[in-house]
Amino acid sequence: MLTYLAAEAATTEHNPIIPAWEEIVVGSVAFAVLCFVLMKFVFPQMEKTFRARVDAIEGGIKRAEAAQAEANELLEQYRAQLAEARTEAARIRDEARADAEGIRQDVLAKAREESDRIIAAGNEQLAAQRESIVRELRSEVGTLAVDLAGKIVGEALADEARTRGTVERFIADLDTAGTAGGR
Amino acid sequence: MIAQSVVLAAEFPPSVEDFYLPSILPWGVHDNYWFTKITFLVWVAVAAIIIFFLVSYRKPELVPTKKQWLAESIYGFVRNNIAVEMIGPKGVAFAPYLTTLFMFILLNNFWGIVPFVQLSPNSHIAFPAILAVVSYVMFIYVGIRKHGFVKYLKHSLIPPAPGFILPLLIPIEFFSNFLVRPFSLAVRLFANMFAGHILLLVFTLGGFAMISATPLLAPVSILSWVLSIALTFLEFLVICLQAYVFTVLTASYVQGSLADEH
Repeated sequence: MLTYLAAEAATTEHNPIIPAWEEIVVGSVAFAVLCFVLMKFVFPQMEKTFRARVDAIEGGIKRAEAAQAEANELLEQYRAQLAEARTEAARIRDEARADAEGIRQDVLAKAREESDRIIAAGNEQLAAQRESIVRELRSEVGTLAVDLAGKIVGEALADEARTRGTVERFIADLDTAGTAGGR
Repeated sequence: MIAQSVVLAAEFPPSVEDFYLPSILPWGVHDNYWFTKITFLVWVAVAAIIIFFLVSYRKPELVPTKKQWLAESIYGFVRNNIAVEMIGPKGVAFAPYLTTLFMFILLNNFWGIVPFVQLSPNSHIAFPAILAVVSYVMFIYVGIRKHGFVKYLKHSLIPPAPGFILPLLIPIEFFSNFLVRPFSLAVRLFANMFAGHILLLVFTLGGFAMISATPLLAPVSILSWVLSIALTFLEFLVICLQAYVFTVLTASYVQGSLADEH
């Protein structure tokens, strides 16, 4: 330690503001090497990566925008189709309603016709029956009246022709009496 | 190094000579600066930076790994917060140099507080001087390339002021732009690191000096050592700040050379 101190005492005083030229050389070389390696191999690479990253992000945004546009287009298309379908449905519904109305009218008309026909047939039948009944009654009334008159008078009126004439005259009288009474 | 400290502990107060350690190769020789603790630390710092960046950026990916992210954030910090902020869009071209500069200063400063090392190469003015000269040459070169020699001189020497005051202003501008700038850059960094080392020495060695003077001073010695730890944290702040300041000032000088008008 003594030799060390002695050696130190022997050295000249240093001025800290005066650089040692050896250190300047060493420092320059070291800094130059550092600059060379970093500025040639590292930082340009980083700039490239930054750019690639920006590209990737912007590309992603662009892709997203395209997808969005496509989605919007599809949405419009679907909306249009939906609107079309709605009008179509409305049209079909209207048609169906019209058809139903028509069918109802038809059925009603047919039913009315049928009922009219039935009523007419009934009326006709009624009239025919009435006619035949009247006719039957007329002959029966004649026979009954003649039988009655024969029994009352006590003798059979053999003469057919005379009898008929009498009966018809009687009925005609009844008719006229009826019509006169009706008046 | 520990033996060194014991030796140093013998002499108090610390002096300039504490910064001039005997060389490592050849061992123990004075006034031989080729391979000393200082130059060794510079090489280690340079190697560390190179290895870190090369390893972490060997295979860059779009989605960065943790290491890659760290390397990118260092570069991104200098690029966006210093280069582009100070110089503008053209600053991107200077970002690689500024980042290199920043990392070189930061790591070399950092040796000042690394335990068992605690001596920053930047406390030798040679290294700040080199960096200052590079910055000096760079901002002048950039200015001349952009404006041409005569126009650049006019641009940097003649401020927009009334004619009668120019005889006074031009020498001042010359002095401040071309003489003081490199000097102040170098000395600011050097002096900060130098003073930081001296401060740590004073508090550490002072503790030893007091305790060896009389055991009664032991509590004060301990306080002194505690303070030296606190000062180490302060040094950490100074280290980062000085690296930042050097880089920002270089960027600002470049910006001044590139500016179209005052």
